[in-house]
Amino acid sequence: MRNSSWGFLLMFLSAFLLDLDAFELRKGQKTERISGSAGDVLEDDPVGRLKVFVYELPSKYNKKILQKDPRCLNHMFAAEIYMHRFLLSSPVRTLNPEEADWFYTPVYTTCDLTPNGLPLPFKSPRMMRSAIQLISSNWPYWNRTEGADHFFIVPHDFGACFHYQEEKAIERGILPLLQRATLVQTFGQRNHVCLKDGSITVPPYAPPQKMQSHLIPPSIPRSIFVYFRGLGARAAVWENFKDNPLFDISTEHPTTYYEDMQRAVFCLCPLGWAPWSPRLVEAVIFGCIPVIIADDIVLPFADAIPWEDIGVYVDEKDVPNLDTILTSIPTEVILRKQRLLANPSMKQAMLFPHPAQPGDAFHQILNGLARKLPHDKSVYLRKGEKVLNWTAGPLADLKPW
Amino acid sequence: MKFQVLQQSHANRGRSNSCRGASPLDSSADGSGGTTKSAAAIFWIMLHCLCCLISLVLGFRFSRLVFFLLFSSSSTNNLYTSTLTAPFAADIAETLSFTTSLRNFSPPLKTDAVTSSSNSRVVVGRHGIRIRSWPHPNPEEVMKAHRIMQTVQREQRVQYGIKNPRTLIVVTPTYVRTFQALHLTGLMHTLTNLPYEVVWIVVEAGGATNETAALLANSKLQIKHIGYGKKMPIFWDARHKLESQMRLQALRVVREEKLDGIVMFADDSNMHSLELFDEIQKVQWIGALSVGILAYSSHSDEDPFEAPKNLNELDEKKSPLPIQGPACNSSDQLIGWHTFNSIAYRQKSANYIGDMAIVLPRKLEWCGFVMNSRLVWEESEFRPEWIKDLDMVATGNGEIENPLSFLKDSSMVEPLGSCGKKVMLWWLRAEARADSKFPAGWRIEPQLEVTVAAKRTPWPDAPPELPSKVILENGQKNATKTQTQRSRRSSRGKRKHERLSARISRERTEK
Repeated sequence: MRNSSWGFLLMFLSAFLLDLDAFELRKGQKTERISGSAGDVLEDDPVGRLKVFVYELPSKYNKKILQKDPRCLNHMFAAEIYMHRFLLSSPVRTLNPEEADWFYTPVYTTCDLTPNGLPLPFKSPRMMRSAIQLISSNWPYWNRTEGADHFFIVPHDFGACFHYQEEKAIERGILPLLQRATLVQTFGQRNHVCLKDGSITVPPYAPPQKMQSHLIPPSIPRSIFVYFRGLGARAAVWENFKDNPLFDISTEHPTTYYEDMQRAVFCLCPLGWAPWSPRLVEAVIFGCIPVIIADDIVLPFADAIPWEDIGVYVDEKDVPNLDTILTSIPTEVILRKQRLLANPSMKQAMLFPHPAQPGDAFHQILNGLARKLPHDKSVYLRKGEKVLNWTAGPLADLKPW
Repeated sequence: MKFQVLQQSHANRGRSNSCRGASPLDSSADGSGGTTKSAAAIFWIMLHCLCCLISLVLGFRFSRLVFFLLFSSSSTNNLYTSTLTAPFAADIAETLSFTTSLRNFSPPLKTDAVTSSSNSRVVVGRHGIRIRSWPHPNPEEVMKAHRIMQTVQREQRVQYGIKNPRTLIVVTPTYVRTFQALHLTGLMHTLTNLPYEVVWIVVEAGGATNETAALLANSKLQIKHIGYGKKMPIFWDARHKLESQMRLQALRVVREEKLDGIVMFADDSNMHSLELFDEIQKVQWIGALSVGILAYSSHSDEDPFEAPKNLNELDEKKSPLPIQGPACNSSDQLIGWHTFNSIAYRQKSANYIGDMAIVLPRKLEWCGFVMNSRLVWEESEFRPEWIKDLDMVATGNGEIENPLSFLKDSSMVEPLGSCGKKVMLWWLRAEARADSKFPAGWRIEPQLEVTVAAKRTPWPDAPPELPSKVILENGQKNATKTQTQRSRRSSRGKRKHERLSARISRERTEK
């Protein structure tokens, strides 16, 4: 009885102190603070809140693949490689698996590239399966929870469905062995087979140095109303607005692409082959308000970043009325969005810089993982209990890698 | 690569078409009964095989196209057909897992009408490409968009531009001459374009005239038009001296009226870029800028920039660029000055205004300096101790070549424009001969009728001819008075007028 009352008092006190902290930070700033649905979590420091154990896999799962094709370091899915490197030297890493909260398996499933640089997902399920077999037989931690306290980085188009075509991806579904693990992926769409509950959506990799080198002084006035460069499924935008002088849209990428985005007020981010796009990252870095034309999309770090306040959501069916929608946004709202975008923590959260910096995407991933702690007691299986079906999935996937 | 895969998948679908077609066929076959079963079954099988063959030949599932054309709703929108994914009537169940137009993905085998309606749209992405009926921009929306951009840009200026800009006090010596309108109008327009407060002190040699006042009246700037008693001399040396004195007079005005701001010396023939005015806002007390010297020569065969090549090697190592301004070391500190190397041009330089030769600047021109107006205020507490008082400087008999004379310690000058690396203004002297004429106020006033008595007109019956012819024929006639009159006049127009008016007056007298 006494303990509980003391506990209550302590809780009260700590809540009071936390409130004070939050108030102090709210002093006048030109940029607006990002208050996500979970509070000001972009600036959280994950160090001390979780411990990650990194499995030592043979180099055929990671280093050798990278050696075969170093282009993997620069494409949109490079996050899996950089995350591995970051974790190896991060203070959250622990060498003692007994005290680890999360387990990371460094397997580069997205590094099998065509001559053009597009990743082929055909071997990825087998690679993943082989890696999981390895960790489940050499360490007891997989079998303890059947992967519920493990996380995997699957940055490809449809995440752990391991296919670039939506129909095929849906047909395959998420790899059965990953049913209980936490997936860190770029793909995010509500009510979709390939987005599991509890996944962490991250932005695609965009080379930070390349974007930094194209920065122009912020005093240069923004004189383009809507800007877009791209192809394919964006034909709806093209057909409707190619003659509209307010819309600077084209299929060709000029060399001044980054500079132009910094001179634009709105940047379109319509869905492409897969419903995510590096345009979102570019728009945020360059301070251009993203116009998201992808129904039901789940944007990166959606629980930490209030995307509705920052970007403009337009339903795909409303694309013909895009000009009406954009011009009827009140100017105070537009200025507020620009202030939010100018916040450096917002820009930092979209990037994967190397070496890592506080508040960047690596830290946001760790924050996301930390928010899922502590693990529910039910994830720990009883001795002999098995949930996963090791023989599920297409026959081709069961072949050893 | 993706296109190939797409084709491959289509081919796959085409091939597996027949196999999958069989299963619902079986179920439907089981459902119905008896003899009708076989007829219907055979019909369907044959139709299906036909469709398969055609699909194989054409390379896509044309049956869906048929279905679409038959059953698509009459929409006003144009639909763009690329990949065909609408289902065939008989196999809705299996296609649920293939179409990309799923909104709510539910486990397969739901044969709702809902799904069929959404599946009837052919898709790129999830919806068809809808084009509105009038794809041209709405003018009201264009205006709204422009207003949005204006607001955004204003906010940008507030956030990233100069905070608390100071008033600009521009000092310009001028005088009435042919090129005045050209130079002064250019400077006026530059100053009008600035987002800053401007006080323009125009000092005119030879007293304030209406001509200059008329030019200045066109602007909306705040102008102080001051006359300076002496007339502008013809020789360049003397002109430079007088201009310095005029500038000092302007500084006296700043002192008397206690104008607060940044003083800059803009000669009317110079060219200023707008970035210059943003840069000089940074000055604290006295700053120096790099000035590009456009020392031109009207002799086309002589290239003034070639002159340095004739010098010996020592001089060649110096930069041949004609720029006056501060010189800095690698840590951006002022260590010296780049001055104009006039040795190469001395033989060819102009002596008097309108001379067909290069007009040379002084070592360091006034225009390359900007000062805080408080430097010239009377009370000494406003200025640092390394500044001499204006009265002490101005009363000296020697010429004040540049504001460095104000300083006891010339190392306190602040270099501007990334330490002089950026040239944002250009010095130029371009003038016509001192005795060149130009229409007053640049208006060509039409002459009112000059009524000349009939007896003075030379040829009452001759038609209007070219003046040259008239002069020739004149030798035959006796009208000497009119001859002299004619030679005095310089414009053909006046002559015509005179002839016409003469004819009119003659006609009047005849009547």
